[in-house]
Amino acid sequence: MITNDKTIEILKAIADRIEEQKDYLTELDNEIADGDHGVNMAKGFNAVAAKLPSMAGKDIGFMLKTTGMTLVSTVGGSAGPLYGTAFMKAGAVMKDKMEIDGSDLITALEAAIGGIKMRGKATTGEKTMLDAICPAYDAMKASIGDGEDMKTAVGKAVEAARAGVEYTKTIKATKGRASYIGDRSIGHQDPGATSSLYMFEVLLEHI
Amino acid sequence: MVGVVVVSHSQRLAEGTVELAQLMASGAKIVAAGGLEDGTTGTSFEKIMAAVEQVYSEDGVAVLMDMGSAVMTTEMVIESMGYDNVVMLDGPVVEGAIVAALEASLGTPLHELQAKVDEARVAPKLDL
Repeated sequence: MITNDKTIEILKAIADRIEEQKDYLTELDNEIADGDHGVNMAKGFNAVAAKLPSMAGKDIGFMLKTTGMTLVSTVGGSAGPLYGTAFMKAGAVMKDKMEIDGSDLITALEAAIGGIKMRGKATTGEKTMLDAICPAYDAMKASIGDGEDMKTAVGKAVEAARAGVEYTKTIKATKGRASYIGDRSIGHQDPGATSSLYMFEVLLEHI
Repeated sequence: MVGVVVVSHSQRLAEGTVELAQLMASGAKIVAAGGLEDGTTGTSFEKIMAAVEQVYSEDGVAVLMDMGSAVMTTEMVIESMGYDNVVMLDGPVVEGAIVAALEASLGTPLHELQAKVDEARVAPKLDL
C-alpha cells in the first residue's frame, strides 16, 4: 500500500532526483533538441516540492492533481503539458483515495498514459517518454496479474523502463523538437524517457 | 470583433508578429503571449490565459501557436477556461496572424476567419 503520507515523500524524492539530474537531462536534451528539459523539469518539480506541505492530510487524487496543475503552470516546455496532463489524469482516477494498492497503481498509470497520448498525439516508438512508461506499465500489469506484490511489480516496471530508455537510443525521433533532426537523433537517448525512468526508480526506492 | 492571440516560445517573435499584423490591421484586437514570465524562452499557461482573457468577447478568440508546448499549453488553457468560442488555428504563425488580424478587423466571424487562415496554410509563396 502507498499511503497519502508516503505519496508526499515520493513526490519530494522525485523533485530531489530531478534536481540532482538536472544538468544531465539538459545535456541529453541539448544533443537532440532545445536543451531545456532538465532546467524546466527542475523548475516544475521544485514548485511541486514547495506545495507539498499544503497537501498534508489530503487524498492522493488531490495530490496528483495539484502536482499536474503545478507542472503545467511552471515547466514552460513540452514536459509541462505532458507530465501535467499525466498527473492530472492519474489524480482524477485516484480521487478520494487515502491509500493505493497495486491495482490502483495500474489504473493510475493507465490514465496517465492515456493523457500523454491524447495531449501529445503520440504513441510508442516515437522516441518519447512513452517508450519508457508504456513498457513499465505492461510489466507492472503482468506482475500484479500474476499475483506478485507491489514492490516486485514496480521493480519489473523499472527494469522495463530502463530497457525502454535504451531502446530510445536505437530509433529516430518522430515527435517533438527532436524530430527536426530526424535520423541524427539515432544514438541519443530520449530525455523525456529518462526523466520518466527516474520517477519509477524513485517509486521503487520508497515502497 | 474576434480577438487574436499569438503564442510563441519566443517573446520577441510573438511581439514582432503582432507588430507586423497591426501594420495591416491597425484596428484588430491582437495580443502576444510569448516566452515565460521572466522573458526567457518557453510557453506560459498563465500568459496565454491572460492574453485570451484580454481579447475575449462573445465573438470569440482565435489563437495561433508555433509548435510543441505552445500547442499543448494553449489546448490546456482552452480546456480549463471552458469557452467554446476560443479556437486554435492550424496555420503558419506569421502569415496566419496577418490573415487573422485583417479578417478580425473587418468583422469576419470566427468560423470564417478560421477557414481563411486554413487557406493561408496551403498558399504557396513561390511559383514552383
